[in-house]
Parts: sequence; structure tokens; C-alpha cells
Amino acid sequence: MNKTSRFDLSVLLLLLGESPALPQSVQAKAQNVPEIPFESVPGLLKLPPTLHLGEAVGVATNSKGNIFVFTRSGETHLFEFQPNGTFVREIGRGLYGFLFAHAVRIDPQDNIWVVDEGTNMVIKFDPRGRVMMLIGRRPEPSEAPSEASAQPAPYRFNRPTDVAWDAAGNIFISDGYGNSRVAKYNKDGEFIKSIGSRGTAPAQFNTPHAIAVDSRGTVYVADRNNFRIQVFDNDLNYKTMYDQVGAPWAICISQGSHQYLYSSNSGSTNNEFVARFYTGEIYKMELDGTILGRFGKSGKQLGEFGSVHELDCRNPQEVLAGEITTWRVQKLLLNSKAGSVKVAR
Amino acid sequence: MRHPFRELFCRMSALLAAGLVLTTVLQGQAPEIAFDSSADFLKLPDGIYFGEVAGIATNSKGHAFVYARGGTTLASTGGSRTFTSGGSRLFEFDQTGKFLRELALGMYGLLFAEGVRVDAQDNIWLVDRGSNLVIKLNSEGRVSMVLGRKPEAAPAPGRGGGGGTGRGGVPGAGVAGDNFNGPTDIAWDTTGNIFVSDGYGNARIAKFDRNGAFIKSWGQKGKEAGQFDTPHSIALDASNNVYVADPGNRRIQVFDTDGNFKSLISNIGAPRAICISPQPPQFLFSSNSNDPAGYEDGEIYKLELDGKLVGRFGRAGTKIKQFGTVNAIDCRRPNELHVGELINWRVQKLTLR
Repeated sequence: MNKTSRFDLSVLLLLLGESPALPQSVQAKAQNVPEIPFESVPGLLKLPPTLHLGEAVGVATNSKGNIFVFTRSGETHLFEFQPNGTFVREIGRGLYGFLFAHAVRIDPQDNIWVVDEGTNMVIKFDPRGRVMMLIGRRPEPSEAPSEASAQPAPYRFNRPTDVAWDAAGNIFISDGYGNSRVAKYNKDGEFIKSIGSRGTAPAQFNTPHAIAVDSRGTVYVADRNNFRIQVFDNDLNYKTMYDQVGAPWAICISQGSHQYLYSSNSGSTNNEFVARFYTGEIYKMELDGTILGRFGKSGKQLGEFGSVHELDCRNPQEVLAGEITTWRVQKLLLNSKAGSVKVAR
Repeated sequence: MRHPFRELFCRMSALLAAGLVLTTVLQGQAPEIAFDSSADFLKLPDGIYFGEVAGIATNSKGHAFVYARGGTTLASTGGSRTFTSGGSRLFEFDQTGKFLRELALGMYGLLFAEGVRVDAQDNIWLVDRGSNLVIKLNSEGRVSMVLGRKPEAAPAPGRGGGGGTGRGGVPGAGVAGDNFNGPTDIAWDTTGNIFVSDGYGNARIAKFDRNGAFIKSWGQKGKEAGQFDTPHSIALDASNNVYVADPGNRRIQVFDTDGNFKSLISNIGAPRAICISPQPPQFLFSSNSNDPAGYEDGEIYKLELDGKLVGRFGRAGTKIKQFGTVNAIDCRRPNELHVGELINWRVQKLTLR
């Protein structure tokens, strides 16, 4: 498949009659990474005739394997499906906090958390689907548009992106497009601290786009437009960074005694069709950043990715990917053998 | 001494003038094709309205799909951006004109309808000028492919940063790539390659393979061969020639499947909607639609594929058998056309005699 891609590209460049500078900057630095064989389950989600997925920016599973999808449809919707894809229900129809979906995550108690980039809110539903807690407030229509600030107010977000928790229930929020910070709250939603500003130095961010916490409380922040994953301790002190895996649009840490870190170097949603030949793959890593393998590439067919925006990897051999430009969720069954090949960085 | 170029110019002007006279005569000579019309063939249930009919297409069973500018457009403010939804609706009717259902209800990106076409496998393709999207639905109405991307939001008044605009470059530059800027229409060749006329902003034709991978793009704003002034409609014949309605330049341009220019068809006014009937002998229909600001022109031409005029019919107006800015023609059966009208908010089924 890769050979085909390169051939297509050379033909493309020939047809364009020019040789645009190849966008090496978007290509992941990691080379000779083993390919992990995988399959995509066809026709995964079955919606009633009157409901449709739009941009499937959020996907997560709960402890029973039920699948939650937060989508930018005509309006923003949150849908729940059984593990086999049968539609269960819509949660929060017409909710005041739903405007422009960004992410959904399920905590260890199966509470459902959504991050809405349009209303600047993080919303916690209990497993029944009742609103339990809110962080952030939707701006009033007459309010002046929010400005990016070096000292963001503790409880005001500016286009937040993702949420994660440690074992004690502390809440970590990546915020986001407008602010460039990570904020920590206790389990009751009380502000503890916030770090980061816009920039390229360690503990600075350029669009912190996803966040994950491992079982020891270490915090991983996908610093998308700086092409790196930054790692912090539980008090948000900077530890290290992984910068070999391209632009991390979506990251995920699996459960179980041996945790893995997944990161998607998603293809651009802009008009960068040449760059898409070099992006779209998902990496599987050890928590220390060792790259175990990669799988997939950009495209619209089953098993190809249309700008992956969120990953669920509760089961590390069964990854769910929510895509922007193809309006779908894929369930990816990874081959466990290939995943054990280690490659030095 | 006369400047040689000036002499040449004079001669060319004379030739052009003669040509204009000739074409006027030819146009005048195009025989009127007699036709009947039904404006209530498609029967809407009480409480459902079309609005401006931007797209009309039939499938192999004769079902009609209408993509119209109707319904309620919503705009909601977030922190610094305004999010829009709604504004266009897709309806399906059976071959007798009976209303079957509304499709794509609440779907993302149905903002400002521009076209609908049905491919050889009865997939339904929507072209939305407001969301810069081409959406492929299977015959059940489920999304099976998306081309382009809806701009995420409109910036709040006086501020930039709408984000994810899905565009690039200045208008008319014919920016290459798989995002659109005001797309207008879609067509396929016999192997399933996809051609999109794009459109109001971009002035180019984009070609994709059957799986939606971008292959190439040609054209930019201009008057030369291979340039466009609002490419507004596109159709392919059985030999995979690509016909592009170029209304701003008052012509149809014909290309091979790789975008190499082959020929021009003119003397048909400003073609806003074109259609090629699928069965041999194939005919090309082209509407010299009236500007929505008035009722000039409006006639539809029937041509052979080489551009030879067969005849013309109709004119602009509000009555039955008159046309209010035809934006789409369906010609699956060349003597039984469906035309979608913007300013008359209706579909007429025409029977040519």
C-alpha cells in the first residue's frame, strides 16, 4: 500500500507541473517503524434513519464496552451504542452546553464527560445521562469575545480540547485553542493549578489538543502544533517530551497492568493534500516513549483515516478512532504479535 | 502606413461581426421544441415546502430527489465564533410524484443547497455551496463519502479566526486540493472518477478517484480556454468527455478526462445548468437561465454532443412552462425533463414533443 502511495504522489507532482517543497515538517521523525497489521470492522455503528454522524470528533467506551460518540452533526449530539454498534440512545439532546463537540471520555465510574469547544464547557454526566458537574461557563451572547490570556481565569476556558483523571479523581483539562495551558482540579471540580502559555519551550504549548493520565498519575499532553507529547508529573512539573511521532492530534493510554500510549499523527483537515501522503498513521508506544509500531494512513476507505480526532484504547488490541473528515468511527483490531516488536528510537 | 496589426485587427473584427450575425441567425433558426409541463407532479405533504430548488435528480427507478434551500438556518454564538446549521433539505419522491421521505435530516453541512445528482449505482450526491461539501449518500440515505470540509464557524463580527475554513488562496486562483470554495456540481466518468465544478470561489475543476482520493485539478478565473468564470455545472458523456458550463464566459467548455481542452460550445447564452442524457444517442441540454433579478432569457437548448443545435424551448417567467432561474436539469429520459427553479421555488416536469 505504501508503494502505491508514493507512486501516486510522484504522478501527482508530475501532473501539477511543479515540485512543491515536500512538507517534511509534518512527517514524523521516527523512521523504520514496524507496521502493525490491523483490520477495521465494517459498518460498525448503526443509527436510526433520522440520525446521522457528522464530524465524529469524540469517541470513548465505558466499562461495559458501550461506545459513546460526540459528533458535530447539524447540531452537536452525544450518542450511545452497544459494543456491537447497536444504537442505544441520545444523551443531552438540546443541551445548553452543546454547540461544537470536541471530545468525550468515560471515567472509571462510567461517568460520561464531554468537552465542548463552542460553549467552552466541560460537562460530567452520570451513567444515566444526568448532568452531575460543570466546569467552565458558556459565554453570554452579549459578552465580548474571549481573548487568549497569559493568566487565564481558573474556571474560564477558551476552546478547551480534552479531559483526563488520575486515580484519585483529580481532573486535568487541556485548554486549548484559545488558551495554551493545562489546568488541574480536584474531584469536586475545585481549581488546584494551571500551567503553560503559548510557545515552544518545555511546558509551553501550541494547541494542547488531547490529554491522558497513566495509572501512576503521570500526565501526557498532546502538544499538537509543536509536534510533541509533553510529559508532566502529577503536580504538572515538566518531565520529558516525545517528539518522534509527528503532530499528536489524539492520544490515549490503555488500561490494564501494562499500559500503552497511542498517538495519531492525523492528516490535516486543510487543503494540504500533499502533506496527507506523509501523515495519518497511528503510533503505539510504551509509556516511556519507546515506539512499538505504527498502523494506517490517510484516506477515505475502510482502514484509512480521515483526520483522526480522538482515540479510545481501553482494550489495547481494540482501538476506536473518531474521524473528522470522513464522519465515522472505526473499530481497529490490532494484531498482537506485531505489536511486540521493539525498535530503538 | 497602416499598422499591420491594426489591419489584422480590423479584419478580425469584421470576421467576428460576421460571426455574430451568423450565430444570431443560427440561434434564431433553432427550432422551437413544443413541450408540456406539470408544475405539481411532485406532491409535497401539507406543511413541507421547497424554497429555492437548487438541485433535482432522478435515480434508476425514476425516484426524484430534490435538494432545496428551505428550512430554518440557525446561528449560535460561542466564545468568539458563530456556528451555523440548517438551511437546506433533501426530499425523495417516487416515480409517480408521491412524497416518500425527507433524507439527511439534521445532517452536518446542509447549509446552502447547490446541487444533487444520482450516480450509476443510485448513490445520491449533494453539493452544498454554503458548507463547501460534497456528500455521497447511499440509496438508503446513509453517508458513504464526504469530500471537502465545512468551515468550522463564522468569525464573530469584526474578528478573524473562523477556523478550519477549508479553503486556501485567493478567490479565482483555482487552488489545487481536495477542499472546495463554493462548489456547484458533480459528475462521474465511466470508471467512477469524480469531477467537481468548484465553483463560485475557486474557478476550477477537481478530479478525484472513485475512493475520493484527490487526483488533480485544472483551471482558474479567466476568459482563455481552460479558464472559467464561475463554472456552474458539469456533465460527462459516454466517451468520458467533460462538459463544463462556464456561464460567466457564455460557453460550455469540453475537456478530455485528464482536463485537456478540446472544444467550445457557444451561442447558447450563459449556461447555468447542463445535463447529458445517458442513453445513446446522447443529447446535451443547457439552460440560459435568467438572472434572478429579472426575467430576461431563460430558454433551454437541446444540442447534440458536438454542439449542433437541435432546438430550444421555454423562456423566463412565473407561469407554467416558464422558468424562474433554472439551476438544475435532470434528463435521464431526454423527452421527460425535470427542471429545478430558484426563484419560482418549484420543479417542473417537462414533456418534449
